[in-house]
Amino acid sequence: MATDVERKTDIGPPHYEQFLHPVMKANYGKWLYHDSIAPGVLSHTGPEGTIYTVRAASPRLASTNFIRNMTKIATDFCDGYLRFTSRNNVEFLTDKEENVDKIKAALAELKIPVGGTNNAISNVVHTQGWVHCHSAATDASGLVKVVMDELADYFTSENLPAKTRLAVACCLNMCGAVHASDIAILGVHRTPPVIDHSTLPNLCEIPTTVASCPNNAIKPTSIEGKTTVKVDEDKCMYCGNCFTVCPSMPLSDPLNDGVSIWVGGKISNARTEPMFTKLAVPYLPNNPPRWPEVTDAVKKIVDVYAANARPFERLGEWIDRISWARFFELTGFEFTKYHLDDFRWAGTTYKRSLQNRY
Amino acid sequence: MADDLKIPLLEELEKGPWPSFVTDIKSVAGKSEMAADLLRQLEKSYEDKRGYWKHGGLVGVRGYGGGVIGRYSALPEEFPGVSHFHTVRVNQPSGWVYTADALNGIMDIWDEHGSGLTNMHGSTGDMVLLGTRTEELEPTFLALTQKGWDLGGSGSDMRTPSCCIGPARCEYACFDTLALTYNLTQEYQDELHRPMFNYKFKIKVSGCPNDCTAAIARSDMAIIGIWKDDIKVNQEEFAKYVDSGMDVQGIVVDMCPTSCISVDGKTIDIDDSNCVKCMHCINKMPKALAVGDEKGAAIALGAKAPIVDGALFGSIMVPFIELEEPYEELHDLIERIWEFWDEHGKARERIGEFIERVTLARFCEEVGLDPIPQMVTHPRENPYIFYEEYFAEEGEGSEE
Ligand code: SF4
Ligand code: SF4
Ligand code: SF4
Ligand code: SF4
Repeated sequence: MATDVERKTDIGPPHYEQFLHPVMKANYGKWLYHDSIAPGVLSHTGPEGTIYTVRAASPRLASTNFIRNMTKIATDFCDGYLRFTSRNNVEFLTDKEENVDKIKAALAELKIPVGGTNNAISNVVHTQGWVHCHSAATDASGLVKVVMDELADYFTSENLPAKTRLAVACCLNMCGAVHASDIAILGVHRTPPVIDHSTLPNLCEIPTTVASCPNNAIKPTSIEGKTTVKVDEDKCMYCGNCFTVCPSMPLSDPLNDGVSIWVGGKISNARTEPMFTKLAVPYLPNNPPRWPEVTDAVKKIVDVYAANARPFERLGEWIDRISWARFFELTGFEFTKYHLDDFRWAGTTYKRSLQNRY
Repeated sequence: MADDLKIPLLEELEKGPWPSFVTDIKSVAGKSEMAADLLRQLEKSYEDKRGYWKHGGLVGVRGYGGGVIGRYSALPEEFPGVSHFHTVRVNQPSGWVYTADALNGIMDIWDEHGSGLTNMHGSTGDMVLLGTRTEELEPTFLALTQKGWDLGGSGSDMRTPSCCIGPARCEYACFDTLALTYNLTQEYQDELHRPMFNYKFKIKVSGCPNDCTAAIARSDMAIIGIWKDDIKVNQEEFAKYVDSGMDVQGIVVDMCPTSCISVDGKTIDIDDSNCVKCMHCINKMPKALAVGDEKGAAIALGAKAPIVDGALFGSIMVPFIELEEPYEELHDLIERIWEFWDEHGKARERIGEFIERVTLARFCEEVGLDPIPQMVTHPRENPYIFYEEYFAEEGEGSEE
């Protein structure tokens, strides 16, 4: 059966034009302005008319059933047109204003929140975790679920000082913009790799493995006549680089793996330049299924930010204005030796002026 | 089958207002033993606080080196449904736009050949079909290509380029993000499907400095829209913002990073020679202000997550380039960059780390970029300069 069709390769993705709503096609490159109609509802207007967008949350990890539910709504109310955003939201596109409420009602029936626009917490960019990845120090989908259960009202309203972007990554590989989010939850290992000397000589290339370590902690060695590697544990910072190239060096450790929390990153250039996230909480335990320590910490950050920042001040901008000392004071998070950088360019983070608040 | 699902920990994740991935996976667990065993294995992970996946494995479709991620359960006897659980990355359309029919077609394929689970979308931008067996890979690929879809990238290749919705629904777009992304994806199919680089190379395309694809943080090459001339002002619409009671002084004027906006009553004046195109004022008053007419993009190289040598944002290499089809200037630049990186980069060295190692000065020289002040936050502070030109006494032989 598979042999009677021609095997095609390198055809690339289908051209996007066939997936554009006619109003979007007609206004292509000619848009004039947009309006925010309600949380999660936008309208964009051009010379050829207006397109309405209803933005809904998705778990990102979505079944074919979920997607068929979405395409059904698109078929019923959007002439079949829908899209996804870079933050895993689903967007329904229609030129009929009266369909906005119908789309919202259909989503409400499926218990899918509508929101994520303007000064809201948008959907969470995240990674695979225990669901699908070998290096995960925690589960990403579970963390997103429990954190957003706590913050769902911030998704469906626009009451924060500015937009707030959350991300979760389950190891330092950070598949996701964790290093530039307002609040980032990052899975961490805290113990060195456990080397399986029985498999390493067969599975791993020694020079590649040695070279993989950013801290030169790995050295070749010989055990029972076979070449393998050893790790200088004092130099190991549990980054997992070695495991990426050598399957015989897993870091997972149920007793010690957990979660760190980072704050103040941003991507856009609005007002201030893009910023990296900085460490807020170095370690919280993995406490599935609902990670209460993590949800408490994230909630605390959002609440303190909401209460103290000025309008349109992103979390990182707010901290820059009030100082990190005050951020730790207001949140009650402990400032520890782990907050002092000790990797490359660490010196650039040392305070070199007398400008502190007393 | 799914009646014997005992997943009390995961069921705790069915509570609460946010959509539950557990409920959703359960909904296909009746027809997919893969989905059921995924839940069972995940429950064990929740009990034991650790993952149960083996380190990847080399699987794929014929003639491709990328696009499929091998994944095997570490407990195949206990969870045979996920003994193989490979990922198929499907190259998404520019801007993640779909029709219901097109998406349903892929869902039909995935219900037949895979677990019925997806990620919409993966971090790079692909549609991720999550979980299938090795023997299903070719049939899946065949079914996908028959419907006009192809695989994305993985490994040390050009990863699937992705872009914002740009001119299809955004008045801020400074160039055609969708067309450029489609063009680059088609132009470099070989680089996308057959990993031959030192390491991955991600391209993300955003239509304006709001950077909705996070290109500046997440892509080896960020192509971000910008304009050179003046912000377009509609004074009538501005007056309406003032009349509406908006705190124009506090929200717009005082927050401009270069203090280049002044407001006199119901009239706004922008000193565009000092505007740094941050987008703040335009974002706040989209009806009154708009990006200019002389539009194009800036190109930043080198963004990445921490692995290996620390996280980087992209560094501006080209502050302005016009982007019109057939994009020859950009293709040229990309190919020069790849060539130099290919020849002198080390294995697992991303372009950002590579530039820091060989130095920005040498990189510019090799790929043919002029050093300009827009590339740095400030000139060097240390005096350790490798001078290359110097005078020599007459007769000591330093002729050109
Ligand atoms: S962040 Fe790490 S554990 Fe999570 S999906 Fe990426 S590589 Fe895997
Ligand atoms: S975990 Fe990182 S620091 Fe530790 S040995 Fe491996 S590569 Fe080196
Ligand atoms: S990056 Fe700019 S042009 Fe693209 S969708 Fe976002 S705001 Fe619009
Ligand atoms: S774009 Fe930014 S810098 Fe330019 S005028 Fe507006 S607020 Fe000021």
